[in-house]
This record gives sequence, structure tokens and C-alpha cells, in this order.
Amino acid sequence: MAKTLPANAAFRALLIATFALVGLTRLAQAVEIQKVVSPKGIEAWLVEDHTVPIVAMNFSFEGGSTQDPQGKEGLTRLLAATMDEGAGHLTSEAFQARLEELAVSISFSTGKDRLFGSMRTLTPTLTEAGDLLALAVNDPRFDPTPVERMKTQLATQIRRNETSPDALAGRSLANAMFGEHPYSRPTLGTEETLGGLTAADLDAQHTRMLAREGLTIGVVGAIDAKTLEPLLDKVFAALPEAGDLQPVADFVPATGEKVHRDLEIPQTTIFVGLPGITRDDPDYQAAYVMNHILGGGTFTSWMYEEVREKRGLSYGAGTSLSPYEHTGLLVGSAATRADRAAETVSVMLAQIQRMASEGPGEDELKLAKQYITGSYPLRFDSSGKIARQLVALQNADLGIDYFDRRNSEIEAVTLEDVKRVARRLLADKEPTVITVGPAQG
Amino acid sequence: MIPTKLPTSRVIPHRIGKAIGAVAFTAFLLVPAAEASSDRTNSGTGVSEDIIIAPNLETFHLDNGLQVVVIPDHRAPVVTHMIWYKVGAADEPEGQSGVAHFLEHLMFKGTRSHPDGAFSKMIAERGGQENAFTSTDYTAYYQRVAKEHLPLMMALEADRMENLVLSKEVVDPERDVVLEERRSRVDSEPGSRLREAMNAITFVNHPYGSPIIGWQSEIEALNEDSALAFYDRFYTPNNAILVVAGDVGVDEVRSLAAETYGKVARRAEPGERIRPAEPPLSGERRIAVSDPRVRQESITQNWIVPSQTTGPGKTPEALDVLANILGGGPTSRLHKSLVLDKEAALSAGAYYQDGALDDGRFGLYASPRPGHTLEEMETLVEAELQKLLDDGVSEEEVERAKHSMISGAIYAQDSQSTLARLFGSSLASGQTVEDIQTWPSQVMAVTREDVLDAARTYLSGPPVVGELRMEPTAAPETAPETALTDDANHEDRS
Repeated sequence: MAKTLPANAAFRALLIATFALVGLTRLAQAVEIQKVVSPKGIEAWLVEDHTVPIVAMNFSFEGGSTQDPQGKEGLTRLLAATMDEGAGHLTSEAFQARLEELAVSISFSTGKDRLFGSMRTLTPTLTEAGDLLALAVNDPRFDPTPVERMKTQLATQIRRNETSPDALAGRSLANAMFGEHPYSRPTLGTEETLGGLTAADLDAQHTRMLAREGLTIGVVGAIDAKTLEPLLDKVFAALPEAGDLQPVADFVPATGEKVHRDLEIPQTTIFVGLPGITRDDPDYQAAYVMNHILGGGTFTSWMYEEVREKRGLSYGAGTSLSPYEHTGLLVGSAATRADRAAETVSVMLAQIQRMASEGPGEDELKLAKQYITGSYPLRFDSSGKIARQLVALQNADLGIDYFDRRNSEIEAVTLEDVKRVARRLLADKEPTVITVGPAQG
Repeated sequence: MIPTKLPTSRVIPHRIGKAIGAVAFTAFLLVPAAEASSDRTNSGTGVSEDIIIAPNLETFHLDNGLQVVVIPDHRAPVVTHMIWYKVGAADEPEGQSGVAHFLEHLMFKGTRSHPDGAFSKMIAERGGQENAFTSTDYTAYYQRVAKEHLPLMMALEADRMENLVLSKEVVDPERDVVLEERRSRVDSEPGSRLREAMNAITFVNHPYGSPIIGWQSEIEALNEDSALAFYDRFYTPNNAILVVAGDVGVDEVRSLAAETYGKVARRAEPGERIRPAEPPLSGERRIAVSDPRVRQESITQNWIVPSQTTGPGKTPEALDVLANILGGGPTSRLHKSLVLDKEAALSAGAYYQDGALDDGRFGLYASPRPGHTLEEMETLVEAELQKLLDDGVSEEEVERAKHSMISGAIYAQDSQSTLARLFGSSLASGQTVEDIQTWPSQVMAVTREDVLDAARTYLSGPPVVGELRMEPTAAPETAPETALTDDANHEDRS
């Protein structure tokens, strides 16, 4: 076991070196992104920073749960759960033990449009971490025992969602707004579809989805381009050039449905949904600013003020934009005493209405822009955060200079832009309203 | 720990070194192994003994008694500014459970010079993020801002330390918010109700038995008078710790602190934090929460054990190593035996809640796979524990656990807020800067004998047992469908 471990001195040097190199980098003000292309043609975006002896790598493949074949819903999610459960010559137990022994973490997850992965390692174990990641990406085993174990765990999650107000509301919203589109499929699948999935299905899905085309990689930390290049080749170069993905259509979510689902809990959870906006829409930044004022992440939004601060109706109240590859959603949420659910819904809808008809004032726009631009540097204070963003930038095709451009794009949003996008997204639309809670009298 | 203002509570348990003890205790209890696996770290020999956490940290006191801790990290031009009050739910007057947390909400309402939530507005205008949280032993407020706004944050937080103004008009709706918070976080969640009930029977005399958020009837009775009385008794510089982490130097913080917090008078002398002791009790203590909404049963066993603050010598670190060996990851004994070998459990593990002013808790838990029962889980967990009590642990297990814990401490240094929280919470729970910084060497000093000794001393008695049960005849009230998204990268989209 000792051979696998960082040597005494190296390990000690690590901690002592931590924070010794100060003041050299200025992330967010000028994060320097290097475009690294390996000898075999794998591209990654790298932010090199040697302050902390950690390397964070995030990556994603094209195709998420929308690529689940009909009747095999949950397959991509199961794939993500089993890729690190044994690979190459290492059984699940051996693989996990090796990760633990090295203090390396490797994980996979899935969204609707993409399969995500991440690796975290301390610098002395970089080579071993790369070996393990290469195995998981190229050669997962899908042995019966761990596959069954993961299926059981995911089935448990499905059952738990049956009685979770948030999960139920989310499911109802997806059914109502996504209709027959593949986005309406539950990422986890159903107990029935999940139960039928096999190792052969996983192999097939792995072959279809893990390809170099559409692969995006972000790396942050104590590593230079020269060291990264062979690592990229080791992990990704052997993948086939192209996968075999089903095309997914763009669409506009349906609106206007009112759904209530009974659940015996002391509160009613409310989701209010409207079509949102995709990331490549020219109005995206204007919509982002508009949503911030309406119900975004600070304690000053209209929703927060009207639902929580003035009336004490809910602990949480806000709205968020969910931009997907092929559509977008704008969803407002709150949870309140059952006897005040109707009042809460009308307060929420009134804010949407007011945003559509009046829009914000010039001062509100100014404050929102100050918040959005001022808080941008907060996204750059850890390696993992930056690595995730490097992948997101590439997935949304925002360009390698986006970090530098972004705040000026926000600054350029005018009051007219916000009002226009508010009218476009919110006016003359009947929101879908989902309530989950005690039976309505 | 209850964060106040997060619009939604998607707290992801994050196993980073010792930070977990204070932060993630309630969160990761019932998370399936697959979900909790993203940050497991670990193993081996050969880690050095002289590792220091945050070696460039500096600390000093102002004349009014405020302790200041500065943790420079110059990677990004931002700072995390936190004020920690050494008062929490366990310091509340009898019959006023929830007042510490209620006051924490009300601290956002305003002061004479900055009324009507002006502080929050000023933070938002500058792109800052803020929140606050209450635990049994501390209450903390923080802002994360671009570094040029640090002086303003310090001025406003110092103002809020002595000039809070409350009126019935703002207090009444906030009490409703807290009641909704309780309904969301406790009453609607069978797992939370079990934890609340287990606490109540684990600590029958010590105030750790009361919920941090408060009992509903006692929250309903809180008002501006009870909140202000609590404020005037405990919110004073000599009962607080300022932690500033990020792109700043100690000299700058020293002079800013003198200009801001230094002007706040000692408002009170809270005195020693002596709480009623927990007496040894005989008899079995067991509680079951059954609910038709439970879809995954689980069993938890709890023992009261020393915390980092109350534990003598290496005892806390030995308990930490013990928790790692029994149930800290994929090669831990409980996971290996119950989940992998016997294929009887969906998840199984152990935790040591080490961050407490008074004693902490040690816990074991398991969730059965379909076709297996809670009784079986209990038997299997007990058998693993008994085997350990009889035969001890191996050298290899101890080394692996230590390596895991210390690697976690290195990963923690990637985040200024993680470090700020680690030091703030530990100091407010009675530890010293030196205790925290030298934690790795204390871990390294733990031997097999220490681990066995700790296990025999603290886990030989009967545990308090909590069961989360399905109602036998429960049928789903709703169609079997699942969540809209279980993974999203939206935060990075703009």
C-alpha cells in the first residue's frame, strides 16, 4: 500500500507551500484561460494556478437523458452511476478502494442535454488519478453486482420522489410544460424502466454517448499545459470520433395548465412556470437581468419582498431561469400554509404581471446590474467553481474571452431591453401553476 | 445549523476534513452512498506530522474583547467576512426555544442609521452575497464581496452589533416566515422529525435536546421583547469572533477593525457558558417515526461522546478515526459488510459530530435494501460494532483513515469560505486557533490502541436508537413519477 502514497516530504511540502505563492494571479479580473490541444487533438481549457496543490478537471459529453431510448428511461442516469463502479482490471470494490486510498474523487452525473464528469486530485497523485479516470471513461465493466446495487439505489430515489413535494411539483411541471418532448422523460426513469436495464444497455449507451465530438474539458489548478497534454490523451484520445445521438427538436413549452396533487403535509408547495429562454438567445442577458429583479438570488427581488418580507407567506420565494439546449423555462417557487396557498399564488402571479406590464424602474435596473456584475468575481474563488464554468462556457459556445466580456454585456442591457424581454416572456401568457399539498377544499 | 435566507435548501453534504463534524451532521445521515460519493477522499501511510492548516493565518484581540482571525488567500479579488457570536440555541432561556434563530432572522431588519433592511440592499448593490445561520453553540453572519467593499461590510456589521431596531410591524411577519421554515424543513420531512425526536431523547436535561429552530408553540410566543433581551445579553464584541478570509492582509484588517468594531462598547458580560449536564440514564431509549411518506426506512444509533472541546487528549481524533474506519467511505467496515458483502443495505455508515461546546455525538446508521428489515440492519450494525470492540482495528485501517482525513484538510484549503467556516465554528465552540491548526498532527498521533480505547470507553453502553419507518399499508398517494432535474449547471450560465 505504501507505494501508492505520496512521500512524506512531498506531502509536507504541499501544505507548507499552500498560500506561499500569493498575489500572482487575479482570477475574474483577468483569468487567463489557455487553450490546450494535446498531440492527439484533444482540446481543453486550462486555468493554471499553483497556489493550492490541487487539480480539478471537469468535462462533459454531448447527450444526456434525452438520449434514453424509449422504454429505457433512466439509462443515462444509470450509466453515470456505474462508470465509476469498476473499470478495466479493477472491480467496483477495487476501483473505489483505490480512489479512497489515493484521496482522489471521480464522479459522473447527467443532465437533460449532457453527461458530466469531474475529477479532483492532489498533485502528487495526478498520474494515478489520470489512470483511474481513463479506465472509468473508456472501459467501465458494468459488472452485475454493482449495476444491481446502483439500480436499487436509484429505485429508492424514485420512490422517495413520490412523496417529496419539490420532486412531485417538478415532475408535474415537466409533464405539463414538456408534453411529449424527450425533456418530459424523468432523468431517473421509472421503477419499471429502470428495473429492465441491463449491462448490455449500458454498454450500448456508453458507445453511443462517449465520443470526442462534442467533448468539452475544463482544468484548473497546479498543472501546466505540458503536463496536461499527455493526461488528456490518456483519458480521452482513445474514444471514437463520433457518437450516435438521436436529434432533439427545439420547442416551446406549453402553458396554462393548473395542476394540484394531494400530499398530506402541513404546507403547499407552489411552482409557477412559463417558457424561458435559451442561452444562445440574443436577449439572454436582458432576461437574466429581468429575472434577477423579479425573483433572482438576492434578498431584494420582487418575489422575495412581496411574498416573504411583506406578508410572511413563505420561507423561500423566487424565480429562476433554466436554459436548456432546446428550450428554456422560467419557474417561480414558494411553499406556504395550505390555507394561504391561493393568496400566495396570486401574489406571485401579480409580480409576473407587473413585470410584464410596467417593468422595473431605472434605479432597479441600475441596482440589478451592479449586483450581477459585482458578484461575478465570487464565482472564481475555488478551483472546482472555475473548472465547472470552463465547461459551461464551451457548452454554451460563449467563447474563450467570455469571462472578460461578460460584465460589459450586462452593463449594455438597457431598461428598454428589460421591458422588451419581460413583455416577450411574460405578457399575455397564462402560467402553468402546480400546487402540491393538502387536498384543496 | 439553520441558514436563514436561502431561497431553497439544496445543501449538499460535503465531506471535507474535520469541517464535516460541525457542518454536515444532519445533512448526510440519509443520503444514499451513490449520492454522497462525490467527495470521498483517502488512505495510507506517510503523511507528515507537522502539517498546519492555514499556516498564514493570524489572530489578535481588540481592546473590547473581539477576537479577529485573518486568513489571506489572494487567488481571487474577493473576501469572506464573517462575524460569529458565541451564542446558540443551547444558550436560550427556558421556554424560549428558537429565540437565537429568530433573532438571527431579525438582525436583517435594520438599525437606527440603516433602517428597513438597508444593509441587505447595500450588499446587493455591490454584488455581495450574504446569509446567516444558527447552530446549538453559535450564530454567524457573513458576506462575500469584492475586496474593495470589505470596509463597508465591517462598518455595517459593527453597527448591527449594537444598534438593532425592532418593531412589531417587522417582527410579526418574520415569525410567520420562521413558522413556514419550520413547516418546510421539519414538519414536512419525516427524516427531520425523527432527528428532532432523537435529539430530544438523547439529551433529556442538556439543551441540545431542543430543536435549533424551536418548538412550534414556543416560536409562536416569541416577540420583539424576547429577541431584544437575547440580543442585549449576548451580542457584544467580547462574545464574538470576526473571521476575514480572502484577498486581504492582516494589517489592513487590523486597522479596519479598530475603526469599526473597535468603536463598539462592551455591551454585556455573558459569562461562562455552563449548561445543565446530561445525567447517565438507565434503560433503553428508542423512538420510531412512521409516516406514509417514508419510502426508505433507516435506523440510527447515537451515543453521547466527547467533542473536540470536551474530549481529553487525542480522544476526539481517535473518535474521528473510528468513525472513518467504521463508516467513512467505500472501504469502511459497515459499507463493506452491509452494502457490498451481505447486500442487505442500500447504505450504511458512521459519523462523529465533533464540533460542539459540550459533548458531541457518535452515530451509526443503515438503510435496508428491499426485502430486508430494520431489525436485520440493527443486528448487522451491532455485530460490526461488537467485532470492533472485541478485536480492535488494524494498522492499515488506521493509516487509511488518517490519510483520508488529512487529505480532506488539504482539499479544504481550496475554498476561502470553507476555511473561514472551519475556524469560526470551531472557535465559537470553544477550541483555540492552535487546536485547529495542529489538528493534522493530532490525527497523526492516533494509534490503534487509542481507537480501540475510545470505542470501548464510549460505544460500549446502549445507544439511543431512532427508526424511520414506512407505515405498513401505505400506498403512494400519487403517481410514481420523478423530479424534473437532478442535475443542473444553471448557476454557471451567465
